[in-house]
Amino acid sequence: MGTVISYLTRTRGHGRLHITDFLTYGYLFLGTIIMFGPVLWLVLSSFKTPGEIVKFPPRLLPYRQVTVEVTGYEQPLPLFIVTQADGSTVELAQVRRVGLEAQMVDPADPGEIIRVHINDRQPVEHVSFALDNYIEGVQSFNFWVYLRNSVVVTVVATVLTLIVNSMAAFALSKYQFTGRDAIFLIMIGTLMVPLTVVLVPVFLVVNAVGWNNNLWGVIVPGAATPTGVFLLRQYMLTIPDELLDSARIDGASEWRIYTQLILPLAKPALAVLTIFSVMWRWNDFLWPLIVLSRSELFTLQVGLNSFQGALNIQWHLILAMTVLTLLPITVVFAFLQRNITTGIATTGMK
Amino acid sequence: MNASIRFRPLQAIGSGLGYIVNQFLNGVVSLLDLIFATLQSKLGYRKMPYIFVLPNLLIFGIFILFPMLLNFVYAFTGGIEFFPENRPWVGTANFEQLLTCGNFLNPNTCREDLFWRSVYNTISYVVAQVSLMVLFSLITALALNRNIKGRGFFRSVFFYPVLLSPIVVALIWKWILQENGLLNAILTWMNFNKAPFMVNADWARFWVVMISVWAFMGFYTLILLAGLQAIPAEVYEAGSIDGANDWQAFWRITLPLLMPNMLVVLVLSLIRAVQVFDLVFAFTGGGPGSATRYLVQFIYDNGFSSPTKRYGIAASASLLMASALIILTLLQLRLSKQED
Repeated sequence: MGTVISYLTRTRGHGRLHITDFLTYGYLFLGTIIMFGPVLWLVLSSFKTPGEIVKFPPRLLPYRQVTVEVTGYEQPLPLFIVTQADGSTVELAQVRRVGLEAQMVDPADPGEIIRVHINDRQPVEHVSFALDNYIEGVQSFNFWVYLRNSVVVTVVATVLTLIVNSMAAFALSKYQFTGRDAIFLIMIGTLMVPLTVVLVPVFLVVNAVGWNNNLWGVIVPGAATPTGVFLLRQYMLTIPDELLDSARIDGASEWRIYTQLILPLAKPALAVLTIFSVMWRWNDFLWPLIVLSRSELFTLQVGLNSFQGALNIQWHLILAMTVLTLLPITVVFAFLQRNITTGIATTGMK
Repeated sequence: MNASIRFRPLQAIGSGLGYIVNQFLNGVVSLLDLIFATLQSKLGYRKMPYIFVLPNLLIFGIFILFPMLLNFVYAFTGGIEFFPENRPWVGTANFEQLLTCGNFLNPNTCREDLFWRSVYNTISYVVAQVSLMVLFSLITALALNRNIKGRGFFRSVFFYPVLLSPIVVALIWKWILQENGLLNAILTWMNFNKAPFMVNADWARFWVVMISVWAFMGFYTLILLAGLQAIPAEVYEAGSIDGANDWQAFWRITLPLLMPNMLVVLVLSLIRAVQVFDLVFAFTGGGPGSATRYLVQFIYDNGFSSPTKRYGIAASASLLMASALIILTLLQLRLSKQED
């Protein structure tokens, strides 16, 4: 205990206890429970059996009833602790239940059927993280198809966004040409008016191009994001023009300058845009919902939403599929969290 | 000097993730090398920026700018036809339909009562959400800016929900707040009655606000934290020499110097709050009744979901919403200019 207190008080560097340190830690620990607890509860719940999941009050950990193989019975039988008339308890396996009476056998001596009132028996349970919900869910949910669509959309859209945005940002930051300021102003203007408010006409255009019910219809419209162009342009402005000039003197073409000089130097900004784009595309819902109506084209988010609508009560499957949906991005975050948080903090400044 | 502090973390990313990205880009790009070299020899150096800006401009023009102009056509035409050439011109009838009210404060007297309900729902949601968002992300940023152990861990914990998709967030909380959920279990355990979180209109509104704060707070915390860390320690030292206590230092030094970041948080969170849709759509579906039906859902319902699609109404509602967004943003920028 003493070490804990000295550990906590050391933080201010004075070696003395300060109320603000306690408040800070209190707030952060409470915050950790509130921010992370719901996700943990989701994961724990996703392992529970359908019977366990509707129990109130719920138990923290997923329990399953212990079953035993009994000679003479084909299926494993559920095990119960039975309280006998004299108050002693014995473990019995249940053969069947008839009304208020359970017919049970002693696993060690399966010959004789013992009749027990159902209130006199308690199930024998153990904590179990069995994957039943996940296996059943993946079969009825089409998980692999949705996952593939989500991955295709995220990867292709991010690559397209990076190429198209960086080329435009290069032109807008490193050249003087007629119309440059007009192009830049129009793009910045649309930063304020997001795609969500022009849903109907964008849908019309996508239809006219023939991309309704096509992953391209999800990928392309958001690729020319003004945010991305702006972010990259601001970064490229810091690259000195003299570098470009000396490359030109050395005979490099403009394309060479873009690929071999600008792109490597803009790597940090490109990395931040990559993170943003992956986040936007993986989690995007409204636009895929509108463009995709055939279920074999659904992304994970659209699939998950229609899954919860179709199976309103089947929480055990919904929870398992929700865990699978958040798993990929959680794994990526676990590895890159420091880069992601510092990267976003830094670009958010501008 | 400030700028160099700012970009150091970015370079750390550059060495890891950026490397992979760059390798990939290099592969794609070298294929195009030849094409562009011939282009430059044909067109000359002065035309090259147009080539570079072209792909982005094409996508932008076709899928963002053109639809924005087309939105006006939809807003001023009526009927149920999808293709603009089949739609009759109706002038401002769609706007009249949306804006005719006996008494603007009572949605029941409006011709389009659902529109006004969603307007008022959105306003109350935006006010509550943005103020709570600024408050909580400021407190969290201040806590994370202190000299504490495990700062990186706590920062990641608060940021983690930002990465979750709105649908996942909605399902997580639906599971916790359902009638036999965790929160009602805790209430029962503390000898309270179960609360009808998902069934009662006021509870549903409350939770929609709380959940969106939960989900997006980490992002704004990071922006504020970056601002706090950019404040030089000398300013505080000078303050304490002049006899400022912690409280005064916060009001006189921290807050004024944090204003640029606060403005970013305010503008971004406001724009996002006005557009609230997917989280609520999966969480309450707009219910109970129309308690959590917001503007984007009104647009979505009219344009895509209801059996008789009223594209004109959807488009004119989006125009009204877009103008509100622009006015709000300009107002905030004007206010911030005055403060400088």
